[in-house]
Amino acid sequence: MPEAAANAPMTETDHGVAQRRTVGAFLRRLYALTRKEVRQLLRDKSNLSIGLLLPVILMLIFGYGLSLDVRNAPVAVVMEDASPAAMDAISALQLSPYFSPVLVRSMHEANDKMLSREVDAVVRVPSDFSSALAAGQGRLQVIVHGAEASRASIILNYATSALLQQGVRLQDRSGGASGDGIGQVQVDSRLWFNAANTSTWYLVPGLIVLIMTLTGAFLTALVMAREWERGTFEALFVSPVKPVEILLAKIIPYFGVGIIGLTMCLTTARFLFGVPMEGSLLLLLFASVLYLFVALGIGLLISSVTRNQFMASQISLLVSLLPVFMLSGFMFDLRNVPFVINVIGHLFPATHFMALIKTLMLAGNIWPQIILECSILTAYAVLFIGLARLVTRKRLD
Amino acid sequence: MLNKIFRILTLCRKEMLAILKDPSSRIVLIMPVFLQSLLFGYAATYDLTNAPYAVLDQSRSGASVELLSMLDGTGVFHRVATLENEQQIQDVIDNGEALLVLQFGPDFERNLYAGQAAPLQVILDARNSNSAGSAAADVGAIVASFNQQWRQSQGGSAPALTIETRAWYNPNLETRWFIMPSMIASLAFLQTVMLTALSVAREREQGTFDQLLVTPMSPSEIMVGKAVPPIMIGLVQSTLVMLVTRFWFEVPMAGALLTLYLGLLFFMVSSVGVGLVISALSANMQQAMLYAFMLMMPLMLLSGLATPVRNMPEPIQILTYANPLRFAIDLIQRVYLEGVSIFAVWHDLVPLTVIALITMPWAAWLFRHRLV
Repeated sequence: MPEAAANAPMTETDHGVAQRRTVGAFLRRLYALTRKEVRQLLRDKSNLSIGLLLPVILMLIFGYGLSLDVRNAPVAVVMEDASPAAMDAISALQLSPYFSPVLVRSMHEANDKMLSREVDAVVRVPSDFSSALAAGQGRLQVIVHGAEASRASIILNYATSALLQQGVRLQDRSGGASGDGIGQVQVDSRLWFNAANTSTWYLVPGLIVLIMTLTGAFLTALVMAREWERGTFEALFVSPVKPVEILLAKIIPYFGVGIIGLTMCLTTARFLFGVPMEGSLLLLLFASVLYLFVALGIGLLISSVTRNQFMASQISLLVSLLPVFMLSGFMFDLRNVPFVINVIGHLFPATHFMALIKTLMLAGNIWPQIILECSILTAYAVLFIGLARLVTRKRLD
Repeated sequence: MLNKIFRILTLCRKEMLAILKDPSSRIVLIMPVFLQSLLFGYAATYDLTNAPYAVLDQSRSGASVELLSMLDGTGVFHRVATLENEQQIQDVIDNGEALLVLQFGPDFERNLYAGQAAPLQVILDARNSNSAGSAAADVGAIVASFNQQWRQSQGGSAPALTIETRAWYNPNLETRWFIMPSMIASLAFLQTVMLTALSVAREREQGTFDQLLVTPMSPSEIMVGKAVPPIMIGLVQSTLVMLVTRFWFEVPMAGALLTLYLGLLFFMVSSVGVGLVISALSANMQQAMLYAFMLMMPLMLLSGLATPVRNMPEPIQILTYANPLRFAIDLIQRVYLEGVSIFAVWHDLVPLTVIALITMPWAAWLFRHRLV
């Protein structure tokens, strides 16, 4: 890097003045460069739409579109026995908010409905149901379409427990069962940190991680790679600006976009979807800024290494966005994966930010976790920005 | 006619070379798909396989020990802490050490012997509501079978009602059986659309597209030449994921390979059509990539890959009719897991064809009419 022109009049004696002058020049150049970058950002609608419009679309999709909760699942009920006892037994399904039962005449018809996926499950009441029930051997069959496994297992669980409970109630009424003085364990379960028991509460905080990664890593990598590809960096190079100033000027506008995205996410999470904010908002902002630095560092590093738009986009997709979806605990719980995958998942900074943000929003200020995750994020930020600077400087020389 | 085919083939060859000449882009088209399918096959699971729990047993009774041993017997639940008092519950849940805490009151066994209801408190960390829900359901099922054993050991009658359950196409209801076939379409979708979106935009940016337009090739020939290479790359990627699904994760394939590939071909043509429209609309590579990406995020999310389409609200379900991936995932699931014939998936093929018939001519028209 050649000596900057602004530093030229510096002499050994008035070091303080020179330093002040250097800082002034630094700020002036930074301001000019940043202004140029902001203008460029505002002119190209595609950048802005990724930074601002996509978060809104994602918010709406996650808040309204995606849900792991089953409601009103269509279930075919085959009444081979139409006795009052059989009607009683399946009334549990009619009352449940989880199912909307459809009566069909034969197992054949039910099978057809399953094949065409008109129904998710079939409940079969065999023809000898009422006589068998009277003899204490009632039997019901529940068949579920297993292709969408998670939905299917929820449906199976709900259907079985609803039918069994109704069975116990019927037995009680006929004076058979629990009147006989035998005790039983009653489960009294409480869900902490998600009183509404809705998947929206656990999906929406994760979305903040996704959006910060999007603007921080993906967008930055793309924009910077373009400069490399077009050779505009070399043009900047012969001017008095230093690499750090170029990097800073590039980062600042995207940092701003990231912060706007974050604000939008938090506002919609709170006011549109009613996600609680149990921990401190200030801490959350601090952690998010920390993570934004990590993401920006990743984006800069990718662009400096690849120097090619296509490669930069593919690599940032692979190392930043897909891991947020799949390996960070966003949707899939890392407790359930093999040990090795769990370790790999924890190598990604997003995983730590994800745990932190879910805790801060849903659980509260749990200090040991906050301190641990924040220090990990700080380490990652230093590592990636340091590496990016190293790679950029070396190549610019 | 022969000339026409020759021209298209030449363009295809040139496009293939442009994509594959760079070793790093060859790697980026093959390795990630392979690694992702392995990684996500393990990671993308909603199944509860590991539920650490803590116990606060104030009754210290035979009954509570027996119930806990039934819980341990599942292989899913394992005890990470034995608590002394209620204050500790907060700690083990807060720091994520335990997903759930079971609390037996001092009168637990006494109540059971007295013929009363013996409450068992279950406290769950629902920061991940899905895991908490599965754990609650599992505990419920274990308690139900404990109750039944208890009744019988106390000389009570067996319950009058039993439920027989069965799951079609996925007997153990493993998420992987659902996710991996869906990946066959989704992983290829991502890169195919990106690649196509870049193809015309790159020529636009470099100024060679104008040259291409003044050659004897018609816009539709250019379109076909641009479409064929990404379709082939997409099919190769799908094949890779399919091999991993079939031979590494051993998800049994019920359907015919030919049917599957025919369906995939329809899907690839329609997604490449989407990519070409994006490409023709963008002025440069960066725009093409960003627009492609902006479109793909919602398409992937609302395809049924992350959460079932049936869980979505009605208006959003209607929106997904314009999403090729939604139909591809449905088609592959039916063919791969259920083993249906091509005639049984016509309702997936029709929308895919419609999407292709709209996007392809649109792209060809844009080639000529949008000179940016």
